[in-house]
Amino acid sequence: MSVSKAKKPMTLESILPKIVLAPTTAVMLVCMYGFMIWTGALSFTKSRMLPQWDFVGFDQYAKLFSNPRWDVALNNLVVFGVLFIAVSLLLGLFLAILLDQKIRLEGTLRTIYLYPMAVSFVVTGTAWKWILNPGLGLEKLVRDLGFENFEFRWLVEQDMAIYTIVIAAVWQSSGFVMAMFLAGLRGVDDSLIKAAEIDGASKMKAYWYVILPILRPVFFSAIVILSHIAIKSFDLVQALTGGGPGYASDLPANFMYTYAFNRAQMGVGASSAMIMLMGVLAIIVPYLYSELRGGKNGR
Amino acid sequence: MVANRSFNIGRLFIYACLAAFALFYLAPLYVMLTTSFKDIEEIRSGNLLALPQDPTLYAWIKAWSSACTGSECQGLAPFFMNSVKIVVPAVIISTVIGALNGYVLSKWRFRGSDLMFGMLLFGCFIPFQVILLPMARLLAELGLANTVTGLVLVHVIYGVAFTTLFFRNFYVSVPTELVKAAQLDGASFFQIFRHIFLPVSLPIFTVTIIWQFTQIWNDFLFGVVYSGPGTQPITVALNNLVNTSMGGKEYNVDMAAAVIAALPTLLVYIFAGKYFVRGLTAGAVKG
Repeated sequence: MSVSKAKKPMTLESILPKIVLAPTTAVMLVCMYGFMIWTGALSFTKSRMLPQWDFVGFDQYAKLFSNPRWDVALNNLVVFGVLFIAVSLLLGLFLAILLDQKIRLEGTLRTIYLYPMAVSFVVTGTAWKWILNPGLGLEKLVRDLGFENFEFRWLVEQDMAIYTIVIAAVWQSSGFVMAMFLAGLRGVDDSLIKAAEIDGASKMKAYWYVILPILRPVFFSAIVILSHIAIKSFDLVQALTGGGPGYASDLPANFMYTYAFNRAQMGVGASSAMIMLMGVLAIIVPYLYSELRGGKNGR
Repeated sequence: MVANRSFNIGRLFIYACLAAFALFYLAPLYVMLTTSFKDIEEIRSGNLLALPQDPTLYAWIKAWSSACTGSECQGLAPFFMNSVKIVVPAVIISTVIGALNGYVLSKWRFRGSDLMFGMLLFGCFIPFQVILLPMARLLAELGLANTVTGLVLVHVIYGVAFTTLFFRNFYVSVPTELVKAAQLDGASFFQIFRHIFLPVSLPIFTVTIIWQFTQIWNDFLFGVVYSGPGTQPITVALNNLVNTSMGGKEYNVDMAAAVIAALPTLLVYIFAGKYFVRGLTAGAVKG
């Protein structure tokens, strides 16, 4: 009896799921994928103030890569990306392992390590701009302690400004890495460590040979997420150094913003955006591929 | 005995490290707060870590109501309100859409729905630089350039990928047999959503709302590109305030302004940290 009833909803009811999903699908197709193609097309034109469709091949890309400012931005991204990812990973893992030792006040400490994730990069930049300020900040503090020749003016030094961005970014994001590793560690069976210890391994060795290999997927995810944050970094630079001194601490996102919106060089802006997209794709596609395939196998 | 002793030294080392790093993370907040209660004289003469000798609310009042953020000098108050006007509708709309999408993608899969899911997932990762220019054109065409409505729209469009993902991953764990049974009993698409899915959805709604709130409140990129002088969100106003160099630099006002901008998301974090962390790690750590 009830079988015939189940057959009934073949009308509006049966296409309802598609109707619900349709607006999102349409908007995604246009505003994500359509816009990507639009920007891609724009990068092959000589658009400046306004889009125009005279195609000039790879001229804008040639222009982009002969621009010393883009060169600086790319170099900075490498320096920033490598340091930011490496330090955040090490610090996050270190803190997670320490916190995993049945620590009193673990909850409080976790809250403290993670709170920077809740504030915006603009706030982080503002705070560190004051702390690293050459006249009255950290430099003065150390001088007041008696080291009168102490100098710390990375914020205003061409070669060093990018490292202030690393410091602030690590401060903001390492707690998040800690949380990821801690979640990973909690998933590891305690008896594994115990077994290793019974076999005579020190705790250090137990972590190195038994736990870290198990955490491999967490490393993988953390690296993907951190490199994604690195490539998209924009606000922090804007607030902390403004890209300065000069353009010494620009990252690609700041370059794109400046050329596309302040200098009315749409073509160059679009081509730099496409290069950023390529960078993200190079990281994300293999990641998503392995994630989705892993999911299928699990089913 | 010896083992016990080294054990204690080990524990001591662990606690010392943990405490040192706690100080590292807390220092900027401490410096922001103490600086915001000092007057400019004390900032010049004292040092970064000293407590305010003679606490004053001057910087807070100025940051809120009269500090210059470019050519205007109305403090952060109007921009705080802008952010509220952007965040509230954007969070509600993107969360509701995400819940429905997630419901479909988890339990009403059809040909092409997995592709749709893949497309959304990918959308979570694209660098927004790649859509900034055409979106600016679209907003201009719609007459929404430099408006709060325009910013709400942008945040909804690019937030839905995340909200959908959150709900989809959560609803996948609702037993499909329940849905099948309800269907046999003649329950409709929306009835099943209301009576089976909504009642168990409180945690995922909390996670999603907190995630979206934090993301949109803290957004700078869309804010700086798509807002006009009267519609800037607080992050943009804060950046302008700090980088407006008229007269002497007032670090106490900068810090009070930064705390004001950070306060809403910090409060959410303090009172609902558990859900905040869950949002952060959703999708990041599988399982």
